[in-house]
Amino acid sequence: MIPFLALVRKDLKLFFHDRRAVVVGMLTPIALASFFGYLFGGQGGNAEMSKVPVLVIDQDGSDISRGLTTQLASEKSLEVKPSGLDAAREAVRKGKATVAIVIPKDFGKDAGHALFTDATKPELGVLYDPSHNAELGMVKGILNGAVMQAVSKEMFTGKGGREMVNESLAQVENAPQLPPADRKALRDLLGGVKEWNERQDEQRDRAGASGVLSGGITMPYETREQAITSGEDVAYNGYAHSFGGMSIQFILFMGLDAGIALLMLRQSGLWQRLRAAPLSRTTLLSSRSVSAALIAGFILVVVFGFARVVFGVHIRGSLAGFVGVCAAFSLMTAAFGLMVAALGETVEATRGYSITATLIMVMLGGAWVPTFIFPKWLQKLTVIIPTRWAMDGLDGMTWRGLGFSSALAPIAVLLLFTLLFGVVAVARFRWRTD
Amino acid sequence: MVVHSSAMLEVKGLTKSYGKLMAITGVSFRADSGENIGLLGPNGAGKTTTVSIIAGLLSPDSGEVRIEGKQVKSDTDPVKLKIGLVPQDMALYDKLSARDNLTFFAALYSLAGAKAKQAIAEALDLVGLSERAGDKVGTFSGGMKRRLNLAAALLHDPQILLLDEPTVGVDPQSRNAIFENLETLKKRGKTLIYTTHYMEEAERLCDRIVIIDHGKMIADDTLQGLHKLLPVTNVIAVELDHADGFQPEQMLALPEVKSAELQQGTLRIGVHDLARGAPGILRWLAENGHSYHHVSSEQPNLETVFLTLTGRSLRDA
Repeated sequence: MIPFLALVRKDLKLFFHDRRAVVVGMLTPIALASFFGYLFGGQGGNAEMSKVPVLVIDQDGSDISRGLTTQLASEKSLEVKPSGLDAAREAVRKGKATVAIVIPKDFGKDAGHALFTDATKPELGVLYDPSHNAELGMVKGILNGAVMQAVSKEMFTGKGGREMVNESLAQVENAPQLPPADRKALRDLLGGVKEWNERQDEQRDRAGASGVLSGGITMPYETREQAITSGEDVAYNGYAHSFGGMSIQFILFMGLDAGIALLMLRQSGLWQRLRAAPLSRTTLLSSRSVSAALIAGFILVVVFGFARVVFGVHIRGSLAGFVGVCAAFSLMTAAFGLMVAALGETVEATRGYSITATLIMVMLGGAWVPTFIFPKWLQKLTVIIPTRWAMDGLDGMTWRGLGFSSALAPIAVLLLFTLLFGVVAVARFRWRTD
Repeated sequence: MVVHSSAMLEVKGLTKSYGKLMAITGVSFRADSGENIGLLGPNGAGKTTTVSIIAGLLSPDSGEVRIEGKQVKSDTDPVKLKIGLVPQDMALYDKLSARDNLTFFAALYSLAGAKAKQAIAEALDLVGLSERAGDKVGTFSGGMKRRLNLAAALLHDPQILLLDEPTVGVDPQSRNAIFENLETLKKRGKTLIYTTHYMEEAERLCDRIVIIDHGKMIADDTLQGLHKLLPVTNVIAVELDHADGFQPEQMLALPEVKSAELQQGTLRIGVHDLARGAPGILRWLAENGHSYHHVSSEQPNLETVFLTLTGRSLRDA
């Protein structure tokens, strides 16, 4: 036991000896997590989102096109500005505008006819920046609603609508081939619409210039959003995920460093001295695992401590579950480092491929961005990535506020990975110096 | 009936290869308590491989190592407590103090508490670093690090000390300090296995010298015994005025001359009888137009022995 404890103590002393490196090692994940946390909604999840810049080229100049522009400008998520066609095209090309909407001449008239008849539908031009596909989808959705409202409003209550009713009544009267019964039905329908429009005009006159009449087809529902977090009064804290993700990334790199340090140790006189002592392979490797796990635990405590104090990240779920996930992930990291040392041939080559492997684990585990933005097949694939389980466990125990039972699966999977990496490390570790 | 007590260290027929490269072949020797054995040979001769096998770092392809008659059977075999290794590469943590280093190395041999403190104090005292115990090793000179490297191998009071080129890269003052440390240890009855390619070190420190070249053991004897292997007992050293183009081999035609070599303007000629050989040699030089400005006589050394046994100079090997 004395040699085991001495080996662990020595590793910890060497780690904490370089205080500047320790401080930088803590500050880097904290700085990155703070930045990502702000991007992903920050504290309370209500950080102001940037508006999508949209340009409108109104070549029609009709009541409908003006109504459409006004409707778009009232959207909170859009920053709408009028523009000419050439200027709009240049702005999109340079990335200064995400979308430019071209309202062609006679759009209002043609859209009104197309609303009630099978006349050819007019086209709205949409110029967009191909690097902003997500925003394009959102703008198209808003545009659909705005066009329907502007066109239907004009056609039911506006001047254009009344003109179309009068034109249609004249056509009905002057259509000799129309069966009398059909003529009567259409005359009654259009006459009723005309009479309703006239009453709307009278009401508008009574209401005065400031009177506003609602009109047009709008969405027949409103949405009420509610973030489901650990409790009804608990807002989502974007820092919880980002601090978990960055902790995982930097702890993995620490584990990697520990493995490479072991690889370098093998090439030094220190390795000969260790090997000459009556030490077993188990003692040497397990002590290295324990020291790496303790350092990983220390990093987690410091980083989450900072998140708690500065950004109010709470462990809303089970504290025992949080500690369990952290401990299991720390052990997994230590075993990962040992496996790197066992499989590595040269320090340079090992550093290259293990950094690549670590970054892939971090990325696919959802430490940088949540896994839900991945394609479905990739989301399924990530269940074989240990960091995915660590992220799920930390998210569950922090902002999701889940109980201990929800931590059991991540803990179990992380321990299985620990076992797997540990077995590979022990089996492949070249104990002899030849 | 004659009873043979087992040697402190017995090495029998060690053979080790790395792929097609044969590192050592049939290396055998023994060392008793208080004996200082020098493994002498040029770089790459197989000295470190031999020491590594004795320390248990390498497995031999064939042959065996016995410590007081026992083989090391596992990594944790208590027999390993009898061995202290001083690796050729510095085996210290620069970021830790000398005391912290020694505390760690003592713990590897399960030494802790008062016993460890006493062992550390004694080791530091022996190598003259007691006053620097609290300083980080990174601030030490090369010679001080070498001495601490030696101290780290003494903490568990091993019977056998394996020293793999312990004076590489140190200044003469530190080298002398290390020699004095080793002489003290020898007086305490420690068995020292000392690898070096410096013949002066082997001559000064070692009771017996095992000469290894190209992985093969070519001699194992005391210094006096090795001298007996030589065809000459004296060397005449002649410092030539103009050594360029001089062919020392032509001297072998003289009946008294047994060997001849030219190094940096000095002609070294081996003879059996100095009184009979010297006049003839100097006459030959004068008659053949080779002037000289200094003549002296030398006793043969290990360099001469190595040259005689291998046909090559130890420095050039």
